[in-house]
Amino acid sequence: MNINTTKIISLLFFIFSAFYLYTAYQIQVFSFDENAPFNARTFPIYLGYTGLFFSGLKIILPDPNNIKIDHKNLEYKKTVILIIIAIIYGATILKIGYFLTTSLFLASSYYFLGERRWLLIFILSFPFVAAFMYLLHGVLDIYLRDPFLKLIGVMG
Amino acid sequence: MIEGILIGLKTALTFQNILMVMIGCFFGTIIGMLPGLGPMTAIALMIPITYGFDPATGLILMAGVYYGAVFGGSTSSILLNAPGVPGTVATSFDGYPMAQQGKAGKALAIAAWSSFAGGTLAAIYLLFMAPSLSKVSLSFRSPDYFALMILGLTAIAAFSSKGQFLKAMMMVILGLMLASVGQDSLSDITRFTFNNMNLTDGISFVLVVMATFAMSEALTIILKRNDPTAAAKQVSLTELGSIKIDKDERKKMLKTIPRNSIIGFFIGVLPGAGATIASFLAYGMERNLVNDEEKEKFGKGSVHGLAAPETANNAACSGAFVPLLTLGIPGSGTTAVMLGALLGFGIQPGPRLYVTNPEIFWSVIMSMYIGMVILLILNLPLIPYIARILAVPKNYLIPLILFFSITGIYVMSFNNFDIYLMIGIAVVATFMRLYDFPMPPLILAFVLGGLMEENLRRSLLISNGSFDFLWARPLTAIILTFTLIIVSWQAYKSFKK
Repeated sequence: MNINTTKIISLLFFIFSAFYLYTAYQIQVFSFDENAPFNARTFPIYLGYTGLFFSGLKIILPDPNNIKIDHKNLEYKKTVILIIIAIIYGATILKIGYFLTTSLFLASSYYFLGERRWLLIFILSFPFVAAFMYLLHGVLDIYLRDPFLKLIGVMG
Repeated sequence: MIEGILIGLKTALTFQNILMVMIGCFFGTIIGMLPGLGPMTAIALMIPITYGFDPATGLILMAGVYYGAVFGGSTSSILLNAPGVPGTVATSFDGYPMAQQGKAGKALAIAAWSSFAGGTLAAIYLLFMAPSLSKVSLSFRSPDYFALMILGLTAIAAFSSKGQFLKAMMMVILGLMLASVGQDSLSDITRFTFNNMNLTDGISFVLVVMATFAMSEALTIILKRNDPTAAAKQVSLTELGSIKIDKDERKKMLKTIPRNSIIGFFIGVLPGAGATIASFLAYGMERNLVNDEEKEKFGKGSVHGLAAPETANNAACSGAFVPLLTLGIPGSGTTAVMLGALLGFGIQPGPRLYVTNPEIFWSVIMSMYIGMVILLILNLPLIPYIARILAVPKNYLIPLILFFSITGIYVMSFNNFDIYLMIGIAVVATFMRLYDFPMPPLILAFVLGGLMEENLRRSLLISNGSFDFLWARPLTAIILTFTLIIVSWQAYKSFKK
């Protein structure tokens, strides 16, 4: 049996299914429901066993479509930076507000992806977000919380 | 039915809804032209916008995006041999050679007319079939629904990617597992929340779609150093030539379109199958049906070879609405996204939709016609200009996709946890995509998870915990037999390898 990344992912899924199954057995059900033909833990238990079955098969059976990835050609650095920027965006959006955080998120993403034309970076972040915000908040009546705009008196 | 058509027309022909179809078709064409970004991403990105509309308008917008994306995929297939969506791969077999012969405009016109005719004919089949099927589906019981969902999930796994049945089944199970997080619908007992209040209501459908499609596709593009906009830059520079179709070509199309619209529609109705299978099947069948002289032209710019898959893939898109509107069970990943959006509006599609919300049922059908006309009148002449819009560098495209994804979640929950969860799921999905784990089965399973558990619960309670219900009703047994055939066929194919 050849060990490849697909099999490692399948093994991880097998472990995940085992954990899911264990957790499914721990679901607390009402005492009168304990021996019912169907209760809150029945379906998850079936799912856990089915997950073990399919991932087990994937691990055991030979893999004719072995996928080889050349990791040297993958752009890990930019991907990780984008993910970090997205996490920071998620962490600040509620406290600072939609307008400023979204504009900064867009501007920094453009920059880290290689854009250096500042005017374009600016136009496609701050005015763009303002227009989109107007569409959501002003036209479609979708509420957007924004403490920053409230602080500077732009939003009521 | 006449009354229904009038209700549908009245709803679909409002200024707002016509505008939505136009925006949907236009936006869908743009996304569909980008290789790697398909209709599911396009529809997912539209979900936040639909929050501000009524359900009929929201669904009309999404249907327009769907058709537009398929049409956009055909454009890049014909002009660049780079299909934007899998459903248009077969289009490139004859469309691209035709474009290379300097007849790109003609190839696009044939594709547009075939799509229009295929989609329109299929919408007519849907018009007649959906109400009757709705009535038939009222006789469906819980075991039948449960069996149908098993069939749908198995079929989508079998057809989703070649030779990856087990991977697709693992994704199905993962989708069902994600759907089981949160409160149990009957007893209100919380499951898999690990005492986290944010998970009590379960994981949002929009979150999962955005993470596994929009966000993970954006990350995959960066990770693999792909440039989907490079194709658009080339399209904008391509000389299209005349878009006129001559008499001989029209005659050929008139033969090809009706038969392939039927094939496409019925393949689209089948759970799991869709535009990709319909277009390949139509291409193969058309080759067998034409005379030897025409057969020789296949692969070298045949009108039949181009019209057949284009007719079938659009007809399949309309066919895919049949199980969604009549049974409430989506047959494909794209219609699963639409089901999720409808559930978000508080509407449960199914046989009762025809009675309880006729304006939605009929307006969606009517908007299909309008969508087809708009695609033909607006998009065909606009292709070079649309391509110019698309020629924005990926440095802008990717952050904008991420921005739409995060905004979609933010306006829904105003919760940091959901944004973190989305990023987490997107990272896992990106990694799994690298190793060809398909995402559509996960989405379909996630959407069907709750319904599936509900129907299994009812079936088991009725049969006192016995699994007799699987063969007690002939309909259940027939559906499960089909499922067994699919599984056996996959096992046979793997064994043969």
